Amino acid sequence: MTAATPAEKLGAKPAHVPNRKARADVNALKTRERGIWAANRYLILRRLSQALVVALFLTGPLFGVWIARGTLASSMTLDMLPLTDPLMLAQMLAAGHWPEGLALIGGAIVALFYALVSGRAYCAWVCPINPVTDLAHWTRQKLGIQSKGWQPRKETRYFVLGMVLATAAATGTIAWELVNPITIAFRAVVFGATAGLTIVIGVFLFDLVVARRGWCSHLCPVGAFYGLVGSKALLKISAVNRTACDDCMDCFAVCPEPHVITPALRGAPAGASPIVAARDCTTCGRCIDVCSQDVFRFTHRFDPRTTDPAPAVTPTREAV
Amino acid sequence: MSSQPQKPAGLMTPDRRKFLENAARGVAACAAVGALLATHAEQSQALPVQALRPPGALPEKDFLAACVRCGLCVRACPYDTLKLASLGVDHVATGTPFFVARKVPCEMCDDVPCVGACPTGALDHAVKKIDQAHMGTAVLVDEENCLNFLGLRCDVCYRVCPAIDKAITLEKESNTRTKKHARLIPTVHAEFCTGCGKCEKSCVLTEAAIKVLPLKTARGELGAHYRLGWEEYKKHNGPLVDGIIDLPDRAPDMVAPPAAPAPGDPAPFKPLDLNGGFKP
Ligand code: SF4
Ligand code: SF4
Ligand code: SF4
Ligand code: SF4
Repeated sequence: MTAATPAEKLGAKPAHVPNRKARADVNALKTRERGIWAANRYLILRRLSQALVVALFLTGPLFGVWIARGTLASSMTLDMLPLTDPLMLAQMLAAGHWPEGLALIGGAIVALFYALVSGRAYCAWVCPINPVTDLAHWTRQKLGIQSKGWQPRKETRYFVLGMVLATAAATGTIAWELVNPITIAFRAVVFGATAGLTIVIGVFLFDLVVARRGWCSHLCPVGAFYGLVGSKALLKISAVNRTACDDCMDCFAVCPEPHVITPALRGAPAGASPIVAARDCTTCGRCIDVCSQDVFRFTHRFDPRTTDPAPAVTPTREAV
Repeated sequence: MSSQPQKPAGLMTPDRRKFLENAARGVAACAAVGALLATHAEQSQALPVQALRPPGALPEKDFLAACVRCGLCVRACPYDTLKLASLGVDHVATGTPFFVARKVPCEMCDDVPCVGACPTGALDHAVKKIDQAHMGTAVLVDEENCLNFLGLRCDVCYRVCPAIDKAITLEKESNTRTKKHARLIPTVHAEFCTGCGKCEKSCVLTEAAIKVLPLKTARGELGAHYRLGWEEYKKHNGPLVDGIIDLPDRAPDMVAPPAAPAPGDPAPFKPLDLNGGFKP
């Protein structure tokens, strides 16, 4: 590998990043130069999207205007669109029940959507736990907590996913749902089952104190599942403008899965694609937000455009 | 670790060893957590006795395999009967729908909208009419406090029952305390009782004397080999075994012997010689 690792590049400290180690200043530069909106566009859009999902389920109980009924596990929107979490279906099948009713159709629709668009867009744009773990990470940065704490391997989530299906098969019940923080959090908000918030607080403290990005980036079987579903999804981030990277490392600091950035961002010397192809990428767009050099953009997985100087992968078009 | 040059291939290259070690560790850790979860899942199958499942719910174990905890049944219920269990507090498997009859009973909607809304069949779609449902069965558990048993006329459970005169009847018997009045005993017929809980909800006592209990708790079951003689008689239009001699009935002197039994009636109960039994 000829490309410098992020750690090596960290040595060449550009002058405009005053204190890189504490990382409490992440995104400070772009915010200063371009304003809060430009520096947080996708973050704000994601929070709106997550809030919208909950709101669609809440207009009914709160105002009697029914848009979506049910929960993320299975829902009915406008009395015509059934949606079901395919992982829930998989657990049900593992537990030995063949569904009757709309669950199969709903599951197919959801699986198809994430398979085409972006698997872990579920994490970044829908999941109610994401704001919680993001908050934990933000708090870490604000407190200047340096230690990463316990860091289980990234692949651990696939073992957890296997465990979820295995316990369903072994007990003949959907055992994981007894403790799944995602559905528990969602029901706490939408059905007022607020006792479940204890487990949500548990996830927050786990990420804050025990393991940096511990839940979503290492353990969560739901994120692992959607990552697998979206292995070949179309919506991708591209480090299209990677030559402009000034090594401020802000993208690595904000990305929940920083290992996905390296091959794309540092891949120019090897002629690698600028597409952030790894299925762990949540397509949250936070890297686009914080990059003061506009290196990143949303695109589709077959978009080979870069602004790499010499042997560009294709004839350059103007990348914006 | 050896400092000699590594062989490029082999059964246990350092990479593969590392991979296998990590995999083994992951599997072991998840197996441990999974075992805990499975234990918890087994314990969560015990439904508290006052928690009733919605109409059409599959038997508890199958229900817990099928229900995705979506709450669509809860949303479909116009009477806010159903609730989703909250983590820990309700002692019902987290997120699953249930109701407590004494709080809000099932109003027995004709078309059972909760069942229709269920996307998984955890509520059996074969239940198209509410009278097919058996969420539990009412049992008059406290004969010592039930007002009708005390000889008063309350009848409230009987009157509120949507299946009045089928699921509950009032059976007349003599009041042995006053020696001149009747007692009207509320009597549940489980075949027709849906377990809606309206009777339990309406019982006028501080604590209901009639309660809807899960079928498993409330009902006995005849052994599969049991035959009820009188029914067999009807089926075969005659006794199953020919040549059974019907012995004369005995009764205390004061009481007139009952009318001669119809042919095929079971032989009357004959007490053993009590003197020959256990002596302290
Ligand atoms: S990793 Fe899991 S908890 Fe985190 S956002 Fe994705 S689905 Fe939600
Ligand atoms: S039958 Fe009607 S009242 Fe009873 S649980 Fe279903 S929806 Fe609710
Ligand atoms: S609608 Fe069916 S799957 Fe959903 S919570 Fe009710 S019983 Fe469970
Ligand atoms: S639960 Fe009570 S009110 Fe409901 S059908 Fe049975 S006897 Fe009648």
